[in-house]
Amino acid sequence: MELLDNLALGFSTATSLANLGFCLIGVLLGTLIGVLPGIGATATIAMLLPITFQIGDPVSSLIMLAGIYYGAQYGGSTTAILINMPGESSSAVTAIDGYQMAKNGRAGAALAIAAIGSFFAGTVSTFLVAIFAPPLTAIALQFGAAEYFSLMIVGLVSSVALAHGSIVKALAMVVLGLLLGIVGTDIYTGTPRFTLGIREYADGLNFVAVAVGVFGVAEILRNLENEHERSVLIRRVSGLMPTREDFRRMAAPIVRGTIIGSALGILPGGGAILAAFASYTVEKRVSKNPGEFGKGAVEGVAGPESANNAGAQTSFIPMLTLGIPANPVMALMIGAMIIQGIVPGPNVAIEQPALFWGIIASMWIGNLMLIILNLPLIGLWVKLLTIPYYVLFPIIMAFCSIGVYSVNTNVYDLYAVAFFGFLGYLLTKLRCEPAPLLLGFVLGPLLEENLRRAMILARGDPSTFVTRPISAGLLFIALAVLVIVFLPAVKKKREEVFVEEN
Amino acid sequence: MKPFVIDTTNGICAALFIFLGGFFALQSLGLEIGTAFRMGPGYFPLVLAIVLILLGAVILIQAVRFESEPIGHIAWRGMLFILPAPIFFGLTVRGLGFIPSIFLTALIASFASGRMRPLTALVLSAGLTLFAFLVFSYALGLPFRRFGPWLPSWLVL
Repeated sequence: MELLDNLALGFSTATSLANLGFCLIGVLLGTLIGVLPGIGATATIAMLLPITFQIGDPVSSLIMLAGIYYGAQYGGSTTAILINMPGESSSAVTAIDGYQMAKNGRAGAALAIAAIGSFFAGTVSTFLVAIFAPPLTAIALQFGAAEYFSLMIVGLVSSVALAHGSIVKALAMVVLGLLLGIVGTDIYTGTPRFTLGIREYADGLNFVAVAVGVFGVAEILRNLENEHERSVLIRRVSGLMPTREDFRRMAAPIVRGTIIGSALGILPGGGAILAAFASYTVEKRVSKNPGEFGKGAVEGVAGPESANNAGAQTSFIPMLTLGIPANPVMALMIGAMIIQGIVPGPNVAIEQPALFWGIIASMWIGNLMLIILNLPLIGLWVKLLTIPYYVLFPIIMAFCSIGVYSVNTNVYDLYAVAFFGFLGYLLTKLRCEPAPLLLGFVLGPLLEENLRRAMILARGDPSTFVTRPISAGLLFIALAVLVIVFLPAVKKKREEVFVEEN
Repeated sequence: MKPFVIDTTNGICAALFIFLGGFFALQSLGLEIGTAFRMGPGYFPLVLAIVLILLGAVILIQAVRFESEPIGHIAWRGMLFILPAPIFFGLTVRGLGFIPSIFLTALIASFASGRMRPLTALVLSAGLTLFAFLVFSYALGLPFRRFGPWLPSWLVL
């Protein structure tokens, strides 16, 4: 059984004392920052990313990063339930019924249901990743430059489809991200491009600086727009144990949520958000008393939370096998890999099996740690919610500055943080989503390299992209996605979904 | 006839994309473009920049035809104090050294909120500096100079 051998390798890597420790630190730090209101998972990871580079070993560093991700997601659900303030759009659905449950004095049960649902979904989807990753890797190994180019186009187009608001703006953000991504020295000729004569930008704009600016700093500025007191309803959470009735009601939604989430998570472009919404809609449809939804229905917490977590997990599949990020978080992971000297793509599984399977195994361990640690620690997290925001952001700014500087000890990276913080904030104010920009930024250099290589191989004949069957198929998918999102009926429905979310 | 109105949000958005596209296009023209067969360093960015300008133009057309959400409140005070913080850190981390620099950086950022009182800001920045020293300089051992050459030596000792 190759699968078992692989998993054994993964678990032996992930359960080394050091890696368990890093996973634990990651999960704790992720929850800690994720619980702070107004800071979503992406911003959390962007801020903590530099810390993980201080660990020499890429495996440990990526395990810690993955831990931060689960922790931040869990933290986001906690704020959604306790103060109706989802840190991330994917936990926005949890807030609907979770907050109502908390208001009815059942905060403890809601948190426990969210944790149990997430754990179940995490367990199932970890196995799915282990099962589906190797065959996908095998396919990906057949890919040439043309296929890679087309695959990235699919990824970029899907991120546009799943972004909020105007499709044209999202497209423009992707293109802008691609352009920013190719700032730096041209790999073929060594010509510096768009560096404005600044030698420090010859290696390109620092990925961490861009991510911290666009997600971290811009988010702080947005939170500073109107500072108002947060009302924390719940000072103490009691009654963590769900009742027997709760268990009976949550079982089926958790299973359905896991299935929906696992399937949608693989889609490039942030399937977790979509999964949570889809699951909520399904639960409301199949429920015998749909009137209860929005007033604290157990199913409305259990389903979307499971879907959300399953989607978060399976979004690792395209990242690990193809090197294509499915969402901004995966883009951050890819950025981290590149900084650690690992070339993302199908070769990771073959050249670095310990890394590949170690990350997969650590997913499950991270989820286990979350459920063991967080339920007892809930009192601490509730206390964190009461920290006023004006105390938080100077701390965040200071640590972001240290973190970004520590990556390359390049002061120009710090200037880039300020610039991208400004640009990110400006674009948010203009109703442009930052996620497609970050995906474009990560994929920019890869897209250009593969395009140029494919064109050289085809002697300058662009038809190579449509005559090679896999490439043609991928481009067809990309085109189909674009056509679908521009269809009037779908466009209307899509707007409805995002309106509901806000 | 309807009066000619441009929606503010989309108008600025379009202008921004067209400006950025124009910047990249102009810069690309200064590079070797090459052919589709052997693309030069300017080929791909030029294509992207033109696409960006076109998308900006589409947004501009939308701005004239439809009204969109207003821009809303802008965090001027936040921008005034938050954005200079990393720049200040970058300018002084070598000269002043890590410890004074991070203290002042945190202090600057503190004033982004109208709720922060000066004493709280001082205490917060001092505590933060101590924590940063212990974690980054002492425990993680990052190779930052704790006190830089700009400070007179009697102060450091």
